[in-house]
Amino acid sequence: MTLLHWAILSPFLFAILIPFLYKAFRKIHTGWFVLILPVVLFVYFFRFISLTKNGDTVTETVNWMPSFGIQFTAYVDGLGLLFAMLITGIGALVVLYSIYYLDKAKEQLHNFYVYLLMFMGAMLGVVLSDNLITLYMFWEFTSISSFLLIGYWYQKERSRYGALKSMLITVFGGLSMLGGIILLYLMGGTFSIRELVGMSDQLVTDPLFMGALILILLGAFTKSAQFPFHIWLPDAMEAPTPVSAYLHSATMVKAGIYLVARMSPIFATSGVWIWLVGGIGLFTVFWGSFNAVRQKDLKGILAFSTISQLGMIMSLLGIGGAALHYNQLDENIYMAATLAAVFHLINHATFKGSLFMVAGIVDHETGTRDIRKLGGLMSFMPITFTIAIIGAFSMAGLPPFNGFLSKEMFFTGMINVLSLDIFNFETFGALFPVLAWVGSIFTFVYSMILVFKTFTGKYQPEKLEKKPHEAPIGMLISPIILASLVVIFGFFPNILSDRILAPAVEAIVPSLIADGQTVKTEISFWHGFSPELFMTIGVIAFGVILYLTLSKWEKIYRVLPQRLSLNSLYDGGLRGSERGAYSFMNGHMTGFIRTYLVYIFTFFVGISLFSLWYNDAFSLEMDKMAPIGIYEVAVALLLVVSTVMILFAKSRLTSIILLGATGYTVSLFFVVFRAPDLALTQLVIETVSVALFLLCFYHLPKLSRHEERMRFKLGNALIALGVGVTVTLFAISAYSTKLFDSISEYYIKNVYEEAAGKNMVNVILVDFRGFDTLFEICVLAIASLGIFAMIKLRLTRRDEG
Amino acid sequence: MLEIIIRITLICVSLSMLGLIYRVIKGPTTPDRVVALDALGVNLIAIVALVSMLIDSDAFLEVILLLGILAFIGTVSFSKFLEKGAIIERDRNR
Repeated sequence: MTLLHWAILSPFLFAILIPFLYKAFRKIHTGWFVLILPVVLFVYFFRFISLTKNGDTVTETVNWMPSFGIQFTAYVDGLGLLFAMLITGIGALVVLYSIYYLDKAKEQLHNFYVYLLMFMGAMLGVVLSDNLITLYMFWEFTSISSFLLIGYWYQKERSRYGALKSMLITVFGGLSMLGGIILLYLMGGTFSIRELVGMSDQLVTDPLFMGALILILLGAFTKSAQFPFHIWLPDAMEAPTPVSAYLHSATMVKAGIYLVARMSPIFATSGVWIWLVGGIGLFTVFWGSFNAVRQKDLKGILAFSTISQLGMIMSLLGIGGAALHYNQLDENIYMAATLAAVFHLINHATFKGSLFMVAGIVDHETGTRDIRKLGGLMSFMPITFTIAIIGAFSMAGLPPFNGFLSKEMFFTGMINVLSLDIFNFETFGALFPVLAWVGSIFTFVYSMILVFKTFTGKYQPEKLEKKPHEAPIGMLISPIILASLVVIFGFFPNILSDRILAPAVEAIVPSLIADGQTVKTEISFWHGFSPELFMTIGVIAFGVILYLTLSKWEKIYRVLPQRLSLNSLYDGGLRGSERGAYSFMNGHMTGFIRTYLVYIFTFFVGISLFSLWYNDAFSLEMDKMAPIGIYEVAVALLLVVSTVMILFAKSRLTSIILLGATGYTVSLFFVVFRAPDLALTQLVIETVSVALFLLCFYHLPKLSRHEERMRFKLGNALIALGVGVTVTLFAISAYSTKLFDSISEYYIKNVYEEAAGKNMVNVILVDFRGFDTLFEICVLAIASLGIFAMIKLRLTRRDEG
Repeated sequence: MLEIIIRITLICVSLSMLGLIYRVIKGPTTPDRVVALDALGVNLIAIVALVSMLIDSDAFLEVILLLGILAFIGTVSFSKFLEKGAIIERDRNR
């Protein structure tokens, strides 16, 4: 265990302490203790920058289950470090914010911070693991802690619904991902990502490659809320706002992005990957932004906006994968897309985090998040308004904020698709820039709604629960830091480029860097009158028009009925599967033993006869058979007659007597086949059991003593016939294919010499194989005790009496 | 010679058993069946004895004794059942 491992695991260890701290220091807000950890971790990870800047990486391995090839390998490169810093940095800010957001007296803070720290550790584990199984473990930890955090206010029905929904969807994806991981292991023979990347040339030709690709993508898409798995994210907004800001904008939803970026070197050689990641990402951009406009809840808008922005990063990563196919070019224009993805990743974390915190402040200070009730808050909360305007303008892609830069780079990446001439991109590839542009227009519109419907317009004090006022300074620190980062990255983007962006891009496309190409990470505000600029101008122009005419075209949202939405598909699917399972169970689990017996016998007959036929196993050899004597025939006839008569007996008494006759006939068989001990035992037992049957018969209730013949049922007759035929066929085949001689020679030889007995059956029972006898004695003892207990132990009657 | 006689006897006993089984099935009253069963037991004794003579073994003599006891116990308990409705009566003094 190195320091790096302890750093990853420290949030888990610290989480153990939290309840004790909470109990011991009731006066101090528990968040203050928690705050120390992410700050320390952030500083710790900050020191890695100088390493990764030079292209160095850090790998530390601790054996976990080495015999299965599972190690806890911590691996720090540009990409992992970028995420680790996002997690710890924003984590620290969120903890600070939550100290002021959550009330010390009313909330169960120990729960909150335990879950939050669990999540932080899990997230660090995801981004810093090189071993896929370890990654999966941490991945599911994020799902579980997210579930706990969404359901933090578990008294609320909506919270529980949202928690369950996100759990189901992300765990579904997580399990798919595990399937993909196992397929990768089968192909490459290792769980290490770096080793898999090294053999990506072989992997692409493997027949399992496509399955692994799709399963891994399912995991990434569900986690990152890509279409159509985005539906859990808006419902996860029932979580406390710090959670929404942290998990559902900056970190957890980017785990899928991380996975796609991490796996790009392995999978991006395939056209399916580029189409799926790029296409679904881009459709998510459009769908998320389109739906964000209709939302009335601040956090709802932000949730859909997150979906849209994540789609943007995802599509950029998809297009960035195309760079692998152009590594012969000097100027690889598709690398720009990867760079844009990484850059926007940071930008989105900054402005979305601050916007969520703003939404939380508005909620905290006015008592509502409904934009129809809000308005004119500008004069009450000027600082919040400033932060909101910075965040929203950055989100909309306006200069001089960092969103503008990444939006321009996004357009650059999408326009580059037009020059893509592989994987049939000339067919529908032209849709990429168009969808991206339309999505950006809607992004502009909802960003404006977010700011102006909340902070300008008419102040409606009668609809608000509280008198609005500016938030306390502690609550404002975190969003101010994030907003100032938005501005700083906007004006000086190049402070990031060499230190953070370049190593991250190198980690996503390692094979290109090996060719000696350099990553061009210079980001400039002004690159001439390029098409991107005109697209941005178009976005602003159309966006303003659409925003101003919002009330006129809002009706189109009612065109698509609620019934057809993905949410109702999910709800209906859940309800349908529950109902289906219920009716399926009710359909065949009737509660009647005869039905189950029908199933058992039918399957027995079906499977046995099928395997007999399929393996052509039936054989009949006459030469092994003994000659048939007259007594055997006679006794067999007796047996058949008495057995068949049972079926047609009118009264139960007759059946019992006939059963006794059958038993006696069997003992006669034992006589004929020379088994005196068996015959003795059989006779006694048969007598006793007939007596017991008579006892049962005598105690039958008067009402149900129908003295009538068993009714004929064709199905039962067929099954009975089938079972009989099956067993007969098997017995004949088994007898005909005797492979070895019997071992009874040994017993015959040694029964007297070794065991001092002449009765061989008894010697076998008590000497050669006396162990079985012991347990049969045991069975009889249990049976007799059981009967005694059943007769004597009458708890219910005693209660009644 | 003896073997042929034994076989003939066996066939005769079997035929009489078939007749008894007919009586067991047909009835018409339960005592008829019980008596037929008792006789069946006795016939069974005869068969076992004959068969053990045939296969020249004295291993089945216990079976004969046991059958005799069982047929007796069975018939007595059946009779008691028909007479009193119970085989083992309750101890009134308990």
